[in-house]
Order: sequence, then C-alpha cells, then structure tokens
Amino acid sequence: MSHLSSKHLLGIKNLTKEDIQLIFETADNFKDVINRPIKKVPSLRDITIANVFFENSTRTKLSFELAEKRLSADVINFSASGSSVKKGETLLDTVNNILAMKVDMIVMRHSSPGAPHFLSKHINANIVNAGDGTHEHPTQALLDAYSMRERVGDLEGKNVAIIGDIVHSRVALSNIFALQKLGANVMICGPATLIPKYLSSFGVKVVSDIRQALEWCDIANILRIQLERQQIKYFPSLREYSLYFGVNKKLLDSLNKEIVIMHPGPINRGVEITSDVADSQHSIILDQVENGVATRMAVLYLLAGNVS
Amino acid sequence: MQKRLLLNKKHLDITISRLCHELIENHLPFENTVLIGLQPKGVFVAERIKSKLEEIIKKPIELGYLDITFYRDDFRRRDEPLKPNETRVPFIIEDKNVILIDDVLYTGRSVKSAMDAMSAFGRPSKVEFLTLIDRIHSRHIPIEANYIGKQVNTVLSQKVLVELTEQGKKEDKIWLIDKSK
Repeated sequence: MSHLSSKHLLGIKNLTKEDIQLIFETADNFKDVINRPIKKVPSLRDITIANVFFENSTRTKLSFELAEKRLSADVINFSASGSSVKKGETLLDTVNNILAMKVDMIVMRHSSPGAPHFLSKHINANIVNAGDGTHEHPTQALLDAYSMRERVGDLEGKNVAIIGDIVHSRVALSNIFALQKLGANVMICGPATLIPKYLSSFGVKVVSDIRQALEWCDIANILRIQLERQQIKYFPSLREYSLYFGVNKKLLDSLNKEIVIMHPGPINRGVEITSDVADSQHSIILDQVENGVATRMAVLYLLAGNVS
Repeated sequence: MQKRLLLNKKHLDITISRLCHELIENHLPFENTVLIGLQPKGVFVAERIKSKLEEIIKKPIELGYLDITFYRDDFRRRDEPLKPNETRVPFIIEDKNVILIDDVLYTGRSVKSAMDAMSAFGRPSKVEFLTLIDRIHSRHIPIEANYIGKQVNTVLSQKVLVELTEQGKKEDKIWLIDKSK
C-alpha cells in the first residue's frame, strides 16, 4: 500500500495502523532529505497550501510551513487575528474565499473541536487538522510516536505514560489513539481534576501518583499545564503542582531505571519539568521538533497524491 | 502476451564485463569516479558493475544508491503516490565523475529526475549514464546513454522485464514482453 486510506488527516482515530506505518516509512526518507545540504525536493511544486490558523501557534505553524516549503509547495498563511473573522465572517465563508484562490490543501488549527471535520464535509480540498481545540492534534501524535520508535524501536508492548494536563490537551487523545494502534500500553497520570472521566473507557490505566507512572513506563510524555485554557482553578498553585506532578532529576535518579523523556512544547520550565531533565541526554524533545518536519512532509506528500 | 528472452545469465555476464571494460577505458584509475545506481533495480546492476570492476582493477570503487521518487514529474498523475526507497550517497560528488546506472532506459524521464535528485548532493564534474537495456525510438526527452548493454527496438505495447537473482529470482533473465499478443 502506498496511499493513505483517507483524503484528509482529521485525527488519528480514523487512521489505520498501516496508514501510520506508511507515514513513518515515508518520514524516514524525508528525514534523510532534510539532513542533506540541499533540503528541498520538488514533489509538491504544483500544489498550493493554505495554513489557516484560527488559534495561536508557533512551532506547529513553523513546522508545517517548513515542511511545505521543503516539498516546494506554494504556501499562504492566514491568521484569525486581524482578519475578517473578527468582523463576523463564518468559518466556511473564510475557507471558501481562500479556496477560490485555487488552494489545494488546508492546514487548519481551530479552537473548536470538530471544526476540520465540519469543513471536510463542505469543501473538496484536502484538510490537515493542526489541532482542533482540546480534541485531536494528529501530526503531533505521529511525530511523537515516530520519535519514540526512533529511540526505542517497535512500540509493541512498550509502556508509555502521558503525564500532566490531560483534560485541556489535544495531544493526549491523539497520542492515546496512535500508541494503542501501534500496540503500546498507555498510562495517564495527573491530578484527578485534569483527567477527564471518560479516559478509562479507552483502555488506558489512570493513576495520580507520578512515581507509580514513572516506575511503570519506558517513555514519559510530559504535557504542558495549559493555564490559558483554565477558566477555573484545577489545582491550588503551580508550586503545588510542581511538587506533586513535576518531573525532576532527583525523582528520575531515585527510580533505578532510565526512561525516555518527551514534551511537545512549549515547556513551562520548573513546573511540569525541570531544566536538568528537559536538557538531559534522556530527553528527545529536540528530536521531536526535527521529526515534526519530516513527519509533516510525509503526511502532506501522501495526501497530495489524492489531490485531483 | 508474448515473451522473448533478450538476455540470459551467460549473456548478461558477458554484457556486464564488456560494460566494465568500456568504463575502464574512460575512467581508469577511477580515482575521481563514483558509481550511483538508481533505485530500485538500477542498484542491482550497479552492484554487479562495481563488483566486476573491482575484480578487474583490484581496488575499491565507491557506489551510492539514489532514489528519485520525490523528483519524478508524474507525481499526482499516477493512481497513487509512489513509495520511496533508500537514498544512500555516502561520499562527496562535488567535482567527481559520476556514472549513473539504471536497468532500462525508456522515456528518459527517470534519468532527468535522477539528475535533479543528484544535484541535491553537489555539482559533479561530469555525469555519464550507463544502462543495461536501451529501448530506442521511445524517448520523451533528449537523453541518451553513454554505455549501453543491449539496444532493443520496442513499441508502446511492449515492456522490458528485468529479473535478477538479487530480487529473489531463480535465474537472471531479461525479457521483452508484448502485451498486445
């Protein structure tokens, strides 16, 4: 098989294990490309991609833009701030106006869960979900799983703990779907107030003891506390969170085992993770960033094969 | 469907040997010359050329693998995206004499893509092209090989099928297949 089972990448839930393996195999080749002196290939030279970001983003937007440019696509960028969205224009109207400029693919971030799914029912262009609210962030999950596979090999039977603010995270859900499809065991750890009740129905272990999670796992994916999404107080203070759920060197040294440390960024240094852990040799945080470009190149390349 | 044998193992060995001697005439002592096989089947031919050359001149010759998938001009014109193969060029090609090697030369588009792909690794001093089978009168773009194993006059309904032991085949056999008969 050399094509994805869907013309869009809306979430990991809809992908098959074979889709994920195909994306990884293609990303392997793009990783080779981006480490060459000339990092560009002409594959998407006749494709126009619009990065439509209704919500702030730094690394995802940069990563997609770099991936698109390295595939030689024409790229236009749209940010909701300062646009007609502020004047009351609907999502569909905004996107249809962009598509009228002969755009072939849309990479979209939106604060509303399901926004890219809604759009996929009304437009012909291929859509890549770059994060929809607290729902899914499929390319982040793909690059995370790709980075884990690169460090520890086949993920079948591996134990992965996702630690932190789960309820506000779109990374957590996509990670769970991706890891389970690849045969890994998933544990969720965080304060009870930051863990949605439905999670246990996905077949993941849920704990609130950070030491228990770290002792169990081969890989710890530590998520950011998303203070900007918290309308109410989910825990008494950042200091208390850091004390009970922060990952620091002392805690890791006491485990008598080595685990791989991941973080999708941006990091609240000293809150969910200390600098001596984030910058240690066990951390693959910067590998995640590098792999993000290769993985996104693979997704765009494979989806572009379906552009009519 | 009709099949006609173009080369068997014996003739293939003789052809590879002859191609090596042609390369020796132009490139000995191979100090500034490297071989690059095009993925997937050109690599097998390139490995045989390298092995035979090393046997004759008694010194190692550098060989790289080049995948052209991301450089093809028919992306999105096919039913599905092509699956890439490994590219491995573990040497500098800047100012080198590069001999690109493929199994079959047909429209010339693969060779054009290969030259695009190769330019990502530097600017060679000279590029030559070696093909095992040259399907004459079928070019879409003006590309010719410098070293040719066998020339075959073919029409659109015909196809050259290369079967080598490296692909898990029992015997080396190169066929001309006519789908219209």
